[in-house]
Amino acid sequence: MKIIKAEEVTFEYIRRDEDGNVESFNRALDKVSLDVKEGDFISILGANGSGKSTFAKHLNSILLPTEGTVWIDGMDSKDEEKLLKIRQTAGMVFQNPDNQIIGQVIEEDVAFGPENMGIPTEQIRERVDEALKTIGMLEYSKKSPNRLSGGQKQRVSIAGVLAMHPKCIVLDEPTAMLDPAGRKEVIRALRALNNVEGITIILITHYMEETIYSDKIFVMDKGKIAMEGTPREIFSQVDELIKYKLEVPKITLLAYELRKKGMRIPECILNVKEFTDALSR
Amino acid sequence: MFQDVTLGQYYMADSVIHRLDPRVKLVGTLVYMISLFLFNNIFCYTLAAILLIAVIAMSKVPVGYMLKGMKAIIFIMIFTVIFNVFFTSGNNLFSFGIIHISREGIRSAILMVIRLTLLIVSASIMTLTTTPNRLTDGMERLFRPLKLIKVPVHEVAMMMSIALRFIPILMEEADKIVKAQTARGALFDSKKLTDRVKSLIPLIVPLFISAFRRASDLALAMEARGYHGGEGRTKLYPLKYAARDYVSYVLLGLYIILIVFLGIMSARVVAHLTAENAYLSLIF
Repeated sequence: MKIIKAEEVTFEYIRRDEDGNVESFNRALDKVSLDVKEGDFISILGANGSGKSTFAKHLNSILLPTEGTVWIDGMDSKDEEKLLKIRQTAGMVFQNPDNQIIGQVIEEDVAFGPENMGIPTEQIRERVDEALKTIGMLEYSKKSPNRLSGGQKQRVSIAGVLAMHPKCIVLDEPTAMLDPAGRKEVIRALRALNNVEGITIILITHYMEETIYSDKIFVMDKGKIAMEGTPREIFSQVDELIKYKLEVPKITLLAYELRKKGMRIPECILNVKEFTDALSR
Repeated sequence: MFQDVTLGQYYMADSVIHRLDPRVKLVGTLVYMISLFLFNNIFCYTLAAILLIAVIAMSKVPVGYMLKGMKAIIFIMIFTVIFNVFFTSGNNLFSFGIIHISREGIRSAILMVIRLTLLIVSASIMTLTTTPNRLTDGMERLFRPLKLIKVPVHEVAMMMSIALRFIPILMEEADKIVKAQTARGALFDSKKLTDRVKSLIPLIVPLFISAFRRASDLALAMEARGYHGGEGRTKLYPLKYAARDYVSYVLLGLYIILIVFLGIMSARVVAHLTAENAYLSLIF
């Protein structure tokens, strides 16, 4: 079952001058086609301006393709009647945690999505508690979001999406504004959601370390899908990755360079443990 | 620089007044304020003061905390007293040159101080016992009939609660900008007023730009979470009247009847005063 299916999606930002005449086209997405299987953890990697955020916004009908089609759980993203259903199926988390928390109390923020869907009050209560519990923030439910750390705020944002009972969560650089501890916290939460709840995760990022555990990685460059494959397949092509201005994890890079110099290290090391194992062998 | 600003001050406590429906508190405060303007005599004010003291006692908000709010208006208070004492004409008590102090002047000054105090304290007891959120919820419900004449009630309430949510964030941001600009040599603590006003420009411009950016992000996030206006929206905490709310409405009604009765009675007494007990009109 394909939860997301994009077919030849093209998107152009049109720049107009003051009189409204078209000045230039900026092709942010160029015939992007990809499928996402339900229950997968997908990462989309790309440097700034690669079109990855533009693509993310297509999965939630915030942007509509200029050409091509995006299907979300079988629904065409252009179908206005299904708009709410699409937004409920594919929830979205953005980069800046401060700018996406609407409520003044955490439980009120988590309730915002279900409230919009018109869920009866008692069920909202259940959904809010359940979502906060899943994400490990239940004890904060009556607190103000202003006192939380960045990682906690981002978890609240995820809970806000979870309370809408989505099949798929799209995260547009959720860790870009967090410190390393907050980053780990968010990624751990996402993995748990994927493993335990079986929710499809689409993580858009430019940190390669975060994609190690994904089922599949897509690398985007200049509006196109440049590479796709499992983490091991992708991480073994270090030269390619550098070409796309991606920062290869230090340990992978070290192993790669040592291998190139003739050391007997297996191809594609993903973490420190693999590296030490390889050395002690 | 901005730490001492407290907006929408709320005093956390668990009391009957805190638990009252915000609509009751809004209507109650409004009615109470109107009642203070209906009559201007000491008996009506005594009744009003008794009610207020009873509410304060029930609210469990410390009196000292409440009086802190009075500091802000002490200047206005002194001003009104001076105006009333010196510029009300009537039976002169004292005269120094061109300054005349009349009985009526003293009377209206005293009554004005009482009225102002009651007004401020009643308004602050409402904000102290109600979270800003509940307050906007209450307003949204109370003004709902205005929707018929196309007033965007839900949207205004949503804007208010978002504004409240962003006050601390923008203050933090302002603090950051002040530090950044100070590091580049901007003077924020100059003694000259013109300098201080000028120094606001490098603060306000970036603050506005960032506020607009945040607003656009927030709009996107709200849309992504299925926000489509107030139509068909449910609430985590819907407003529901409980028994205590009905009781409060009844008590409020009783208060109005009583104060109107007192007001009319004292007006009658004043009308029947004779020449020799005219001094009594000072109290009535």
